[in-house]
Amino acid sequence: MSKGFLKSSIGKKFVMGLTGLFLISFLVVHCFINCLIFFNDGGLTFNIGADFMAHNWLIRAGELVLFFGLIVHIVQALLLTLENKKARPVGYAKIDGAANSSWYSRSMGLLGTLLLMFLIIHLVHFWVKSRFTGLSGEDANGNENLYAVMQETFKMAWVVVLYALSMISLAYHLLHGFQSAFQTLGLNHKVYTPIIKKAGIAFSILIPFIFALMPILMFFGVIK
Amino acid sequence: MGSGHGTELNLTLKVWRQKNTKATGSFETHQLSGISTDMSFLEMFDVLNEKLISEGKEAIAFDHDCREGICGMCSMYINGRPHGPKQGVTTCQLHMRSFKNGDTIVVEPWRSAAFPVIKDLAVDRSAFDRIIASGGYISVNTGNAQDANNILIPKTDADEAFGAAACIGCGACVAACKNSSAMLFVSAKVSQLALLPQGQVERKERVKKMVAAMDEEGFGNCTNTGACEAECPKGISLENIARMNRELMGATFK
Ligand code: HEM
Ligand code: SF4
Ligand code: FES
Repeated sequence: MSKGFLKSSIGKKFVMGLTGLFLISFLVVHCFINCLIFFNDGGLTFNIGADFMAHNWLIRAGELVLFFGLIVHIVQALLLTLENKKARPVGYAKIDGAANSSWYSRSMGLLGTLLLMFLIIHLVHFWVKSRFTGLSGEDANGNENLYAVMQETFKMAWVVVLYALSMISLAYHLLHGFQSAFQTLGLNHKVYTPIIKKAGIAFSILIPFIFALMPILMFFGVIK
Repeated sequence: MGSGHGTELNLTLKVWRQKNTKATGSFETHQLSGISTDMSFLEMFDVLNEKLISEGKEAIAFDHDCREGICGMCSMYINGRPHGPKQGVTTCQLHMRSFKNGDTIVVEPWRSAAFPVIKDLAVDRSAFDRIIASGGYISVNTGNAQDANNILIPKTDADEAFGAAACIGCGACVAACKNSSAMLFVSAKVSQLALLPQGQVERKERVKKMVAAMDEEGFGNCTNTGACEAECPKGISLENIARMNRELMGATFK
């Protein structure tokens, strides 16, 4: 029966919501580790964190789950978006969407596609280097120097601009997605929903802002 | 209110004309003058149709019945919004005072694969009827009307069930939704029975059947934009959609 559930419109949305929340939990961990660069100690602390992430088997297993979750999120998003397009074969000549909903809630597919493009570039920048092609060397503590890769990458102005813009896409994706996931999972409550909505707004602005700060501050040499 | 001294409007109307379900259809432009601001939107259409008939042309087909906001027939997508620019009203409750002299008004039918156009502005909403027929009923024999306090129902449940039962099946939720999703309608129908004792017997089967019927009809998937709630003339809340999601999970996994 649960197979029937996953094939239903609500079941598909349920998968979107769960994978979305899972990706949000990943963002928290990712952001926390990256914040170690704010020690501004030439990346020594950050590299300890990055080295741990790269060699802890639990984290590596989590990474596989993360990729699986991301792929499910993306494939499901594609299927849902196509189905939704099919549900209105003849469109309206005039639509006043702003009267009843936010533009970003209507643009999750577009925002997600921008995020996907960013993720591919981002993975090439860091993940491929750290996992496959090897890093340029070790730091004073003998840890792999992922920080040096960051410094190299964020010397390029176009990269910094791309990262900052992508974080704006992420912010809007989350601005709708965070609270939407709770609604999808059936969690709508007179008292808690307004709190979830406020927490969602705070999260959606704060996390992408901190992420965007990293390339910007490195580019301008505030973090060395 | 209703002093009867409305001013008069000159309007340009762009109306969707379509011969039948198979035809492609296109917009037709009409100039209207001397439209009283006291008229309802449907009365304005009556005036236009009389004019068309007197000119020997074919009248514009549109659905209507009660003309007082309770039957849900008057489906018109007006200037980019179901039931026009006002919140919480049906087309028959929309008055010409909501428009300005010289306005151009674009009128389209509900657009959804599940609501094929029959003719002009009239669409076939029998998909809703089939969803109801799949499970939106109770088959216990309820007998004569009970004494009011025989079946105790918490006030909050009664209020929420009543709120859900206010749905008139107009389809504005589907028309407003970018995904043509029928979740608000179906969730209202699931909720009104799930909240009351009489609805418990078929509770689990009902939600499964109605969601399956909804998917079968080709409505899209909800992405929680909230456009349905904002445009619903009866103020049906998104809480009903969350409840239906819970109901389906409960029916599947318990
Ligand atoms: C870090 C990356 C991402 C995070 C944290 C994230 C998070 C979320 C969340 C929380 C939702 C709401 C789920 C719901 O309403 O039940 C969502 C929905 C969605 N996401 Fe993502 N997402 C990410 C990446 C992507 C990517 C790469 C794509 C597209 C290729 C995408 C496309 C979508 C779409 C189309 C929806 C459905 C819109 C909706 O139901 O409201 N997302 N996402
Ligand atoms: S939920 Fe509201 S908009 Fe949808 S059919 Fe019912 S009354 Fe109409
Ligand atoms: S004609 Fe009945 S609701 Fe408008």
